[in-house]
Amino acid sequence: MKTDIILAGVGGQGILSIAAIVGAAALGKGWNLKQAETHGMSQRGGAVMSHLRISDQPISSDLIPLGGADVILSVEPMESLRYLPWLSSGGWLVTNSTVFDNIPNYPDINAITEEILKLPHAVLLDADTIARDLGNARGSNMVMLGAAAPFLGLEREEITGAIGMIFRRKGEEIVRANIAAFDAGYAHSSNRAAR
Amino acid sequence: MQKNLLLGAEAIAQGAIDGGISGVYAYPGTPSTEITEYIQVNPEALRRGIHRTWSVNEKTAYEAALGMSYAGKKSLVCMKHVGLNVAADPFMNSCVTGVNGGLVLAVADDPSMHSSQNEQDSRFYGKFGMVPVLEPSNQQEAYDMTYEGLELSEKLKLPVVLRITTRLAHSRSGVVSRPLKEENQLLLPANPKQFLLLPAFARRYYQNLLSKQEEIVRLSEQSPWNRLLPGTDSALGIICCGLTYNYLMENFRESHCPYSVLKITQYPLPASLVRNLEASCEEILVLEEGFPLVEEQLASFFGKGTPVWGRLNGKLPRAGELNPDHVARALGKSVHEGFPVPSLVAGRPPALCQGCGHQDLYFALNEAIESIGHGRVFSDIGCYTLGALQPYDSIDTCVDMGASVTMAKGAADAGIQPAFAVIGDSTFTHSGITGLLDCVIEKSNVNVIVLDNEAVAMTGGQDSSARGRIEDICAGVGVSEDHIRVVVPLKKNHAQMVSVIRQEMEYQGVSVIIARRPCLQKLAREKREKARQGE
Ligand SMILES: Cc1ncc(C[n+]2csc(CCOP(=O)(O)OP(=O)(O)O)c2C)c(N)n1
Repeated sequence: MKTDIILAGVGGQGILSIAAIVGAAALGKGWNLKQAETHGMSQRGGAVMSHLRISDQPISSDLIPLGGADVILSVEPMESLRYLPWLSSGGWLVTNSTVFDNIPNYPDINAITEEILKLPHAVLLDADTIARDLGNARGSNMVMLGAAAPFLGLEREEITGAIGMIFRRKGEEIVRANIAAFDAGYAHSSNRAAR
Repeated sequence: MQKNLLLGAEAIAQGAIDGGISGVYAYPGTPSTEITEYIQVNPEALRRGIHRTWSVNEKTAYEAALGMSYAGKKSLVCMKHVGLNVAADPFMNSCVTGVNGGLVLAVADDPSMHSSQNEQDSRFYGKFGMVPVLEPSNQQEAYDMTYEGLELSEKLKLPVVLRITTRLAHSRSGVVSRPLKEENQLLLPANPKQFLLLPAFARRYYQNLLSKQEEIVRLSEQSPWNRLLPGTDSALGIICCGLTYNYLMENFRESHCPYSVLKITQYPLPASLVRNLEASCEEILVLEEGFPLVEEQLASFFGKGTPVWGRLNGKLPRAGELNPDHVARALGKSVHEGFPVPSLVAGRPPALCQGCGHQDLYFALNEAIESIGHGRVFSDIGCYTLGALQPYDSIDTCVDMGASVTMAKGAADAGIQPAFAVIGDSTFTHSGITGLLDCVIEKSNVNVIVLDNEAVAMTGGQDSSARGRIEDICAGVGVSEDHIRVVVPLKKNHAQMVSVIRQEMEYQGVSVIIARRPCLQKLAREKREKARQGE
C-alpha cells in the first residue's frame, strides 16, 4: 500500500500543518513516510508545495515521479493546476475554491474552475465558507484534509486521532472544532469516492 | 526502535548533539538554517549549554568553531554553499592546520537555486582542501554521518565536510538515534604550534596533509557507506552519489535493478571500487547532484575509453536539481506525465509581505531619485531584494552579501554619483561594515540605506547581530553623525523619507540612512510565542 500526495498552496497558507497530520496518522499505523517541503524564499507569498509519500513499504525517493501522485490536495484553486503533470491517470485532485490573489495577473476564476472540472477525478469545494459556517474560520485546511481523506488510504479514525494528537496542546475545544471541520470536508467527498 | 520524524537538516543537528559537540556556529542561509535552529531549542543542548548563538557571518562562525576545536572540544559549523565562499579562507587553512577536537562542516548546496544566487557544488571545496567529504543519501545517513563524522575528524585530525542539498535538508523522514556521547574535556593541542601557519611550519603541515591522502582514500574504499552492488547486466554500471541513489531505486520499485551500482557517499572517490565497477560493465552512468565532479574525474580516468555518461553529454541536464524522472530518461525508460498544466496558470513568485516597511522605503526612494534616473541603486541579499520586482523596480544589483556598499563605491569612483547602496541590517553586519570603512577613508559619494527590520527576515526571522548597534557602528567607522539619519518606513512618513533621501543625496560624502521598522512576520511570531507561554 502506498499513497503519494502533492500538497499545494501559497506560502503562509499552512500546507505543512496538513502534512503533519497525515504524517502522524501514517506513522501511527507503522507506515513509512518521506515528506519534501518548500522552505526559504517561496514562503514569502510564492507558490509552495510538498511531496508527501506514505507507504507500508520502504520509500526511496523524496520526490514523487511524474504521473505518480494519487492525490493533489490544494488549498488554492490555481495552485491545484500547477502540479498536474504529477497526477496519475486515476488520481484525485481535491482543491479549495477560495482564491488567494496576491499577483497582478491572476486568471479568471471561472476558467480555472472549468479546467479543474475537466479532470476525470476532481473535488472542488469552498472550504473557507464551510469552515466559517461552522464557526471555525481558521479551520479551512481541516475541511480540505477531510475532503481528501477518502483518497489517502487512511481510515477516518486514524486521521482524527492524529488531529487530536497534533492539536492536543491547544486544548479540547480546538481539537473538537478541527475534527468537526474535518468531518464536514469528509462528508463532502465521501459520496464521491467510489472506491 | 523509536523513530523521530526529522528534516535532513534536523537529523544533522541531532547527530551532532548526540555525537557530543560543545558548540554549533553558523550564519543562517537556506537550506542550512534549520540545523542550528534545531539545536537552539533542543532540551539536551540547552541542558548541556551547547554554544548555539548565531555568528555574524560564516567566516566568524568557522573560525570560532576552529577555536573550539583548538580547545579540544567537538564543534559543528553550518552554512549554505555560498557561505563557504565567505569562510573559504579559514576552511582552506584549517585543512593545513588540521583540528584538535572533532570539527564537522555541514554545508548545504542549493541546486536549481530555489533560494540562492548560484548552484555551486561544495564537494569541490572538500577536494580543494583535500579532506573527506560525506554526502548522505537520506535522513538516517545524515544523522549517522554527522555522529561518525565527528569521530572521523578526530581520528584523522582533519575537518570533515558534510555536504547536503536542499532536497535532503528540507525533507522529513524517520530517524533512529544512537547513544548520547559525552562532550570532550578541555585539552590543548598536543603540538602547541599546530595552529601556527608561519611558512616554516605550514610547509611541514602541508606535507602532513599530503601524506594523509592515501589513508583518506583507503577510508573511502573501506567505508560501509560506499557500496558496490553487483548486477546481472554488464551493459551499464551506475555511480550514484548521495541521494541520487534514491532516484535510481525509485525507478526499480517493481523490479530489480539489473545493473551494477556503486553508491558513493564518502569522498575522495573510492578508487578501487570505481575500478571494480568499470571492470564489470561496458559503460558508466554517473548520477550526481550539483556539478559533474565525479563524471569529470572518470571521463579522463578511463583513458582506454569506457564511455562515461552524465551531465556533460546530455544524458542528464547540465544544470539544476535531479529527480526520478531525469534518471528514468537517462535509463531509457519512459516517463508518464499526468495531465498538462493549463496555459492560464500564472507564475506566483515570492513577494514582500503586505505592510512590510521595505515597501515604504522603496516608494520613497523611487520618488527621491526619479529625476536622476535609473541604474544607480546597488543592493544586496535579503527580503528587500524582492524590491527588484514590480511594483517597486527599485534596485539594480544583487550579487553577494555586502556587495551593495562596495559596488556602489566602485561605481561612484567610476563616476556614477550619487550612488546608492541598499542593504539589510543583517547583511550590513555580515559584510557591509568593512566596505563602509573603505567609503569613509576615501570620502566616497555613496548613500547607504540600511533597511533595518531588526531581523534576518529572509531566512525565517532569526535575531540580527545588528540589533541596536547600527548607529554606533556607523559612527565608529567614521561616518559623520550629521549624516547618520534614522527614518521610520511607514506610508505616513513618505514625504519625510523622500526629503531625507534628497538631503543626503546632495551631500558629497558618505551618508547612512537607517530605515527602521520591525519585521511583521517576526512581530507576529513573537506575539504567538508570548501567547503560548501565557497558556
Ligand atoms: C554568504 C551568504 N550567507 C547567507 C546567505 C543567505 N541569506 C540570504 S538573505 C539573508 C538574510 C538577510 O537579512 P537582512 O539583511 O537583515 O535582510 P531581510 O531579509 O531581513 O530584509 C541571508 C542570511 C547568502 N545568500 N549568502
